[in-house]
Amino acid sequence: MKLILITDVGSTTTKARLFQKFDEGWRYTISGEAPTTVESPNEDVTMGVYNSVREVEEITGLTLLNRVSGGIIVPRKAGDGVDLYCTTSSAGGGLQMLCLGLVKEITAESANRAALGAGAIVMDTIALDDGREDYEKIKIIRGLRPDMMLMAGGTDGGARGLVLEIAELLKAADPIPRLGIDYSLPLVYAGNKELRPHIEDLYEKQFAVMMVENIRPVLDVENSEPARRAIHELFMEHVMSHAPGYLKLMKWTGIDIMPTPAGEGLAIQLIADRYNANALGVGLGGATTNVYSVVDGRFVRSVSANLGMSYSICNVLKETGIENICKWLPFVVDKDVCEDSLRNKMIRPTTIPHTIQELLIEHSVAREALRLGLAHHKTLATRLKGVSRAKTIDERFEQLGKSLQETYIDMMNIKVIAGTGGLLSHAPRREQSLLILTDAFQPEGVTNIIQDSVFMMPHLGLLSTIYPDIAWQIFEKDCIVSLGTVIAPSGELDEGQEALNIKLEMPEGEIIEKGLGFGEILRLPLAEGMEAKATIKVHRGLAIDVDDARTLETTITGGVVGIVIDTRGRPLRLPEDEEKRREKLLTWFKALGLYPKEAYEEAVL
Amino acid sequence: MVAEKDLEREEETHAYTPSLEIKKAITVRRVRRLPIKGDVLVDLGDIVEYREVIAKTKIPGDPYTVRASYLLKCEADEVPRYMLKKVGDPVEKDEIFAKYVGFFGLIKNFVRSPIDGHIESLSTVSGRAIIREKPIPIDVDAYIPGKVVDIMPREGAVIETNVAFIQGIFGVAGEAHGEIAIIVDAPGDILTADHITTDHKGKVIVGGSIATGEALKKALEVGVNGMIVGGIKNADLRSLIGYDIGVAITGYEDIGLTLICTEGFGKINMSNQTFNLLKIFEGFMAHINGATQIRAGVLRPEIIIPHDQFEPKFSEDLSTGMRPGTTMRVIRAPYFGRLVRVVSLPPELQKIKTESYVRVVEVELEDGRRVVVPRANVEIIEY
Repeated sequence: MKLILITDVGSTTTKARLFQKFDEGWRYTISGEAPTTVESPNEDVTMGVYNSVREVEEITGLTLLNRVSGGIIVPRKAGDGVDLYCTTSSAGGGLQMLCLGLVKEITAESANRAALGAGAIVMDTIALDDGREDYEKIKIIRGLRPDMMLMAGGTDGGARGLVLEIAELLKAADPIPRLGIDYSLPLVYAGNKELRPHIEDLYEKQFAVMMVENIRPVLDVENSEPARRAIHELFMEHVMSHAPGYLKLMKWTGIDIMPTPAGEGLAIQLIADRYNANALGVGLGGATTNVYSVVDGRFVRSVSANLGMSYSICNVLKETGIENICKWLPFVVDKDVCEDSLRNKMIRPTTIPHTIQELLIEHSVAREALRLGLAHHKTLATRLKGVSRAKTIDERFEQLGKSLQETYIDMMNIKVIAGTGGLLSHAPRREQSLLILTDAFQPEGVTNIIQDSVFMMPHLGLLSTIYPDIAWQIFEKDCIVSLGTVIAPSGELDEGQEALNIKLEMPEGEIIEKGLGFGEILRLPLAEGMEAKATIKVHRGLAIDVDDARTLETTITGGVVGIVIDTRGRPLRLPEDEEKRREKLLTWFKALGLYPKEAYEEAVL
Repeated sequence: MVAEKDLEREEETHAYTPSLEIKKAITVRRVRRLPIKGDVLVDLGDIVEYREVIAKTKIPGDPYTVRASYLLKCEADEVPRYMLKKVGDPVEKDEIFAKYVGFFGLIKNFVRSPIDGHIESLSTVSGRAIIREKPIPIDVDAYIPGKVVDIMPREGAVIETNVAFIQGIFGVAGEAHGEIAIIVDAPGDILTADHITTDHKGKVIVGGSIATGEALKKALEVGVNGMIVGGIKNADLRSLIGYDIGVAITGYEDIGLTLICTEGFGKINMSNQTFNLLKIFEGFMAHINGATQIRAGVLRPEIIIPHDQFEPKFSEDLSTGMRPGTTMRVIRAPYFGRLVRVVSLPPELQKIKTESYVRVVEVELEDGRRVVVPRANVEIIEY
């Protein structure tokens, strides 16, 4: 095996990546990209795939497309074609699901997590206790056009009547599938196994039902893997086969088409394994923002279906407000003009910024999309609810203070942040993606920031399902770009007050000592692959490690940006005074070399 | 067949360019389909008017759940024995359809229907009854006058007619009809409230570069059916529909005015081609639809003007990509809205002002200046 071609059919762009085996092992070689053609006037997804692969051919001089019978030449013959072709896809809105469960915070939440983990966009989650009247739930279900449904409810041998109430509600609502009225809507049933015969009788002829093991067989166990597998299977059988051009594409591929977020999720899990650390990942796409976390081995994905950088750019605007977008701009902007500019991006989503001012506006939107995406993720990354745990008196008191803060995501505990998606991967300078991720996620303590070099995480996630060793080789050498390490104490002080002292023992023995006041950013070069020993001390009122520690001795790894010491405080607050805010942003941007000098002038900073 | 199509694409530049159609004389077909299966009322070859109902059906009414066993205070599997009506029977609002009488008549528990409808089902496991409202009739009209050229049994029909056809970039509200009235002098004019009079009631009015918020209000007051304009400020759109649009999926707004922007948001001159074409057909009946969907099946707002003044030709796909000489429109700052002519298509990636390396196109502006813009930032205009 020598050549592997993988595409990702995104909502906006189809991205082809070619991987090749050299003497030293497998490497990524070249990309080809073209707009996705799932929509009218083309309505044939293979055209976008064809165009992206044509770009690869043009650059490499290889012949990969079968010009006689169509498709990709697999296996390789006389130097033409590739040994494997496969693809991920999120085009046409991805996989859109409706989840149902008995109790909102128990089985419905587990169903929600399982659907998200399988790469779906969850349109709504219906539960008996979700606060809506039955008729409201029915109206909502009738108005949705899901691709698939996942129903949970009851532990094995547990609730019966109440689970059937939800099942009957769904029957009465009788939702129609999104892609055509002529096929049965797939339903995965992952509830009380004793109800399977009733469910089968109830939905006979109405839905294509697939029975899987209970997602919560007992209260303190969440068993989402069988449901996740079933979702993938039905995604191929029922959903993909009805999307424009996918039947043709399915014939081209060597293995099943995987939803893009599922591929991305696998990649983030690889990163967490590689660094042996808690990791947070984000895929900032055109239509959605996917956030992934691996904390103490537990993987959770959330998708903010309407937060994105092209199709959904105005939903970010709507959710956060124009003020929050403009606050990241270091220049005076007419808010109406800025809004109109974002609206124009919404209606022409494939356009790209051609002026520095427009680039900065998109970077501001990205910060807000990521911030909102993480906030949403935290509502899902919670401990299993409905499980009674023995608690000490201390824990009970501690719990009182944390009643509104149930997520287990503590930024001080997150050691790696990984970013992917068009805006981050294609940012003209890596410094820009580092600061966007830092401003949005506000890492605390010492955090490695990495990113997908040219957007191939979904591709490699998919590849890892059949050739994990090959995927890992490419991942390590070509996919991950270490942007650098962010050192950021949590807490707040007064502006300019002494905040942090750091002593760095650089790789060649040089000692660097620096002291920073509160509200600063300092960048120190440390190349990718290099390490420095650091002793960090922060002042009273700040913390640099878990348990409010004020001193930390650690090893810092370098990156293309280097070490970024950020004493702007957590939570990060921008000055309220307009002029001071702009001045501060400008200082920070310049400290990191975020944009070219002439660009600042053009943007009338 | 697949390969043939693939080969055809080989001849073109594979930089895809989105396009909007502006056509003086073409034949269009519109698929008119019921949301669920029903009855088609026309036959192949029929000539229909735009208001004519061509298919109809009944959508099942909303279902309501009633916890019968809870109200009767009995087990779920005992409910059938207390039913006064059978599954399928009609019931009226507040009518008792199940009754339990016990303890020598001293205990009486009733179940009443919350609505007028019929009993759809009764579960002996959950003890709930589902009462469904009466069906809601749905009619689908022809939308455009023309000939029925295809029938989809039990679903609808395809109507074909010869028209002038213009696609807008963004719109709100659904299908509307009205006589075209050009109410500004030039495509760069601002459409103000003063331009609109009571004479414009029921018409489709055409403005220039932007409609002011006051003009939109006046159009609603007067009862204008449709407005076609170059651009609109987002703040004015918010006032018109009452909320901010998050994702560009529109067409369902119930505001009494269908608005179509031909260029985008902000003040942008309506293209001369669009303005002049509309001017030719002043006084003609226009059938318009503001429905826009950028994702999952691009749908652009449309203006359809049936006429028989020109030799129609079948609508063909002219989006064969750009070539030197192709007329394009720039769709992003700093040259947003400018009409340009393609000079060259450099194959290699070029660094633009943002420092991004992208595929570009060299174009000539109307004033003769030559500039380079990202290929992603131009669109073909189909004449």
